[in-house]
Amino acid sequence: MKEKVLPTLIALAVAAVIGDILILSFGQSPGAVYRLLLDGTWGNSYGFGQVLYKATTLAFTGLAVTLGLRAGLFNIGAEGQLAFGGFAAAMVGMWLPSAMPALLAVPLCIAAAALGGAIVGAVPGALKARFGASEVIVTIMLNFIVLAFLNWIVATKLHVGELLHTPEIRAGAVPRLASVIPAFHGSAANFIILLAIAAALVAWWYLFRTREGYELRAVGLQPPAAEYGGVKLGKIWFRALVFAGAFAGLGGTNYVLGYKQYYEEGFAAGAGFLGIAVAMVGRNHPLGVLLAALLFATLSQGGLAVNAIVPKQMVEVLTAVVIIAVAAAAPEVQRVLRTVRRPS
Amino acid sequence: MNGAPGEAAPAIRAQNIRKTFGPVVANSRASLDVALGEIHAVVGENGAGKSTLMRMLAGIFPPDDGQVEVGGRDVTGWSTRDAIAAGVGMVHQHFMLVPTLTVAENLILGQELKRGVTLDHRAAEAAVTALGERTGLVVEPRRLVADLSVGQAQRVEILKVLYRGANILILDEPTAVLSPPEVRDFWRVLRKLKSDGGTVVLITHKLDEVMEISDTVTVMRAGETVGRLPTSEASPGAIARMMVGRDVVLAADRVALGAGHEVRDASPAAPRSSLPAPALSVRDLVVPSARRAREVDGISFDVHPGEILGIAGVEGNGQTELIEALAGLREPVSGDITLGGIQLTTLSVRERADRGLSHIPEDRHRRGLILEYTVADNLILGQQHRYSKRGVLERRHIEENAATQIRGYDIRPPNAALAARALSGGNQQKIVIAREMSRPFSVLLAAQPTRGVDVGAIEFIHAELMAARGAGKAVLLVSADLVEVLALADRVAVMYGGKIVVTVPRGQATAEGLGPYITGATRAASET
Amino acid sequence: MIILAFLAQTLRIATPYLLAASGGVMSERGGIIALALEGWMLVGAFCAALGAYYSGSPWIGVLSGVAGGVLAAALHAWTTIRYRADQVVVGIAINLLAVGVTRFFLRLAFDSSSNSPRVPGFDWFAGTAAAGGGSSSGLFASLINPLVFCAIVALFAVAWLLEHTPFGLRVRAVGEKPEAATSVGVGVTRVRWAAVLLGGALASLGGVFLALDQHQFTDGMTAGRGFIALAAVIFGNWQPRRIAVACVLFAAAEALQIRLQVLQALPSQFVEMIPYVLTIVALAGLVGRAAPPSALGRALE
Repeated sequence: MKEKVLPTLIALAVAAVIGDILILSFGQSPGAVYRLLLDGTWGNSYGFGQVLYKATTLAFTGLAVTLGLRAGLFNIGAEGQLAFGGFAAAMVGMWLPSAMPALLAVPLCIAAAALGGAIVGAVPGALKARFGASEVIVTIMLNFIVLAFLNWIVATKLHVGELLHTPEIRAGAVPRLASVIPAFHGSAANFIILLAIAAALVAWWYLFRTREGYELRAVGLQPPAAEYGGVKLGKIWFRALVFAGAFAGLGGTNYVLGYKQYYEEGFAAGAGFLGIAVAMVGRNHPLGVLLAALLFATLSQGGLAVNAIVPKQMVEVLTAVVIIAVAAAAPEVQRVLRTVRRPS
Repeated sequence: MNGAPGEAAPAIRAQNIRKTFGPVVANSRASLDVALGEIHAVVGENGAGKSTLMRMLAGIFPPDDGQVEVGGRDVTGWSTRDAIAAGVGMVHQHFMLVPTLTVAENLILGQELKRGVTLDHRAAEAAVTALGERTGLVVEPRRLVADLSVGQAQRVEILKVLYRGANILILDEPTAVLSPPEVRDFWRVLRKLKSDGGTVVLITHKLDEVMEISDTVTVMRAGETVGRLPTSEASPGAIARMMVGRDVVLAADRVALGAGHEVRDASPAAPRSSLPAPALSVRDLVVPSARRAREVDGISFDVHPGEILGIAGVEGNGQTELIEALAGLREPVSGDITLGGIQLTTLSVRERADRGLSHIPEDRHRRGLILEYTVADNLILGQQHRYSKRGVLERRHIEENAATQIRGYDIRPPNAALAARALSGGNQQKIVIAREMSRPFSVLLAAQPTRGVDVGAIEFIHAELMAARGAGKAVLLVSADLVEVLALADRVAVMYGGKIVVTVPRGQATAEGLGPYITGATRAASET
Repeated sequence: MIILAFLAQTLRIATPYLLAASGGVMSERGGIIALALEGWMLVGAFCAALGAYYSGSPWIGVLSGVAGGVLAAALHAWTTIRYRADQVVVGIAINLLAVGVTRFFLRLAFDSSSNSPRVPGFDWFAGTAAAGGGSSSGLFASLINPLVFCAIVALFAVAWLLEHTPFGLRVRAVGEKPEAATSVGVGVTRVRWAAVLLGGALASLGGVFLALDQHQFTDGMTAGRGFIALAAVIFGNWQPRRIAVACVLFAAAEALQIRLQVLQALPSQFVEMIPYVLTIVALAGLVGRAAPPSALGRALE
């Protein structure tokens, strides 16, 4: 347990120190800035609604990275998978008749998002399984390809006037949380958050309660032992990236179905990369991912809240510092704990 | 280098060396005396502590106790760099060459020849050629090491050591990777080195090599030096006896297997009609490895229900590849494997397991266990499909199984939720044994089943194997420990160079009789 | 003239690719994945603008830009070599860090969220170009720049360094089989540090060129060029000369697209995809298998 939580704590401490330095360099008091940050996020219902909205997307991309890492694969393609999923949801939403009941239209749009992301995830999965091509490089390169492709389609075929977004969807819109809890009024938080929680539970159940999850984790931990246990590595690699893609693709619904009701270029730029941070800090556990998504969403929204006195970019720096610190602390903590535990 | 005869300090003298790695005692009371200008063979079984002793001489790690002298100087605990500076160079079993560099570049790496600030490639190539001419180790200097044969790569390794000025060469099983013609070339090179005043220490298991090339032989057993004698006064039989240790030989009073004793029943034509049909049958199996196209070189054998077939032999003679091919983890080039009459060759690992093949793998840390998984989860590895319904793991079933196995096989500590990593070697192996023996099977592959486990666990595992035999299972036992094979097997086969060189029924199998086969002495004798 | 302008355009686009890719191959041949090329470049660009602005000299800009790149690379080396942090994670994180840090200090130094004030560059012939008036003569003038010259020689210099110096030999050994290097007394840690720092310095020059050429730093101005350079490293199979060809090829495609823009013949987005598609194809082994250094990404025990 120590081995799991300690790197995260160390990373947060390092980030806090660096945050203090940045704040001081801007001539402000850290205490005041942190108070402002908390007030602007968890301190009022609008801010909290925005945190929930941002956390929703991050939870999906965090799960997408986690699923890959559990199978020993680095999914850096959440960025493209997310965009393509959102695009697919928008396409279906535009295509469905507006009279279609939400009970039918919403699931269809959601399924389209999952499928869209899964297709993008299948490419590196297949190339890894078939040719052993490094999924790191393929997913990075595929991000650029997918984004350029979507950019082309939207710019040439689907744009509305001079704007870089598609027409609004006719069916499949998901209501805001404010429609039930008026306090959230004005915030983008919507019912896709329930989908995110459900996705985390499904991911947990899949990883820890199903036979395939057992095999997937085995492949991630010790490929030769998994092979010995009758698991085919290529099959698991492929599935892991398809499912990872589907999770990231679902993340696209948060904006497309729940917030703006159209696909817009760059609607969640950076959320895919932040998913790496979320997975690292959440220590690759679906429930940890939910918590980490809240943390990074708080930082991101809090950046806006403190922007008046320190640049909001401070939180971008801190996010990166947290990732680096977790990455550096994890092997070190493991090494130290192993030496300490060894008797004599 | 050539002191007055009689007065010359020995090239190497190591006395009372002790070295432990954690709880494992690698060397105790090990000693070595190597005279200047001789070829000195160090022989012993796997795990006899030969390599450990050599590494201390080469400065890779220091001994816990004891003294090392080189040229009369106390050098105990020196570094690799000191050793190289003093002219002691070691060639490891696993080559330390960079495959993407040329021969010349590998030669000078770390001690580059320069012209100004740039590498002097021409001088480096000339150095390769010059050293090659002097020693007979001819290699094309501009070729990439990746393109060399194993024999050529080994030459580069030796050249590297000589380039750094070594006149005492320590070679760790240099011939393990060489083909017979390459071995003959290699002997020529060693003789040349010797005639130029060099000293060679040679680790080997192969007695034919000892007899052929060495001046003196040191025998090690269980970390200890048990004998040192001039080769001219030694016989392969005597050395084999020292290696294995007379005291542990079972049935030593029986007639030793003579060379003319023909009991080779690799073919099923042997008089076995009274036995039931073989449970496992292997015909003309050829299996490749990364190193060789025919690591297993055309093997045929049968294992019958209620029988343990033991495969003895020094590791690296194709046993690993044989077992992996049988289990479905490595694809054979050709040959047939049948289990109770069913063709296994095209089946997956899982399909083979479902048809009654159990497998205790030789490396539990790599294959046999997922160290981060709990004991309970490890107890179902390979049978996860039996412990799930419609794709969902049946937790209760898994827990119940864990409780049963932990009790039945006395796995300690008795905690199913503990990560396998936290258990001792013996208890880890019990997890593997429990898993593989508690499910329905007709054939058991047991590879090095007692490696690295404590004495109590060894007894337990042996009892389990005998129980499986008693229950009518067919057991294929592969072990580098001859004593173990002799104690358990109904028939003993010896693997050497990818082939089964002899098969002997239990009553006729003795350490003395099998020694020459294991060490390749007999085969070599029949070749020359 | 059209051909000449096309070649000039290609060279101008290729310059940051060549510089970044030379840094990338340096680091990767030493066994450290160069996923942070983008970040090294961005930090280089920002520090160059900062140095040039406060000193008034582009040369100081170059120096401070390189210092920034080396610093970013040092963080990379420190975490991946000393602490054995996962190289992929750190690479991605340093890219994010570079974006955040440059934005933060853009606010701190210039109180802007988008760009720096105008900074001096190497406009040795800017006057004549302005007098000439034509856009292509301005293009030619902008190429008379020490950094363009550096870019032309960079990969050949790296090739020479790797093949003909003791340091280069050690870098190759360390990236391929560190155990072998250790066994002959080569300090793997030191060699890797040096390779990464040198890689950071070279890559940052790519960013320096962008900032000085455009006479300002703008937010996120490297715009994925570091990843194109990484694609070139892979597509060039980690061989400096082939990487140079890949960089020029990618740049030529872009230059061609700019030329053809008027004709609307080929959507720019498809030209953008070319380097990435080619890299994936190369990785899948469909056109001769890409063979990375064996120890790439592997930390030493």
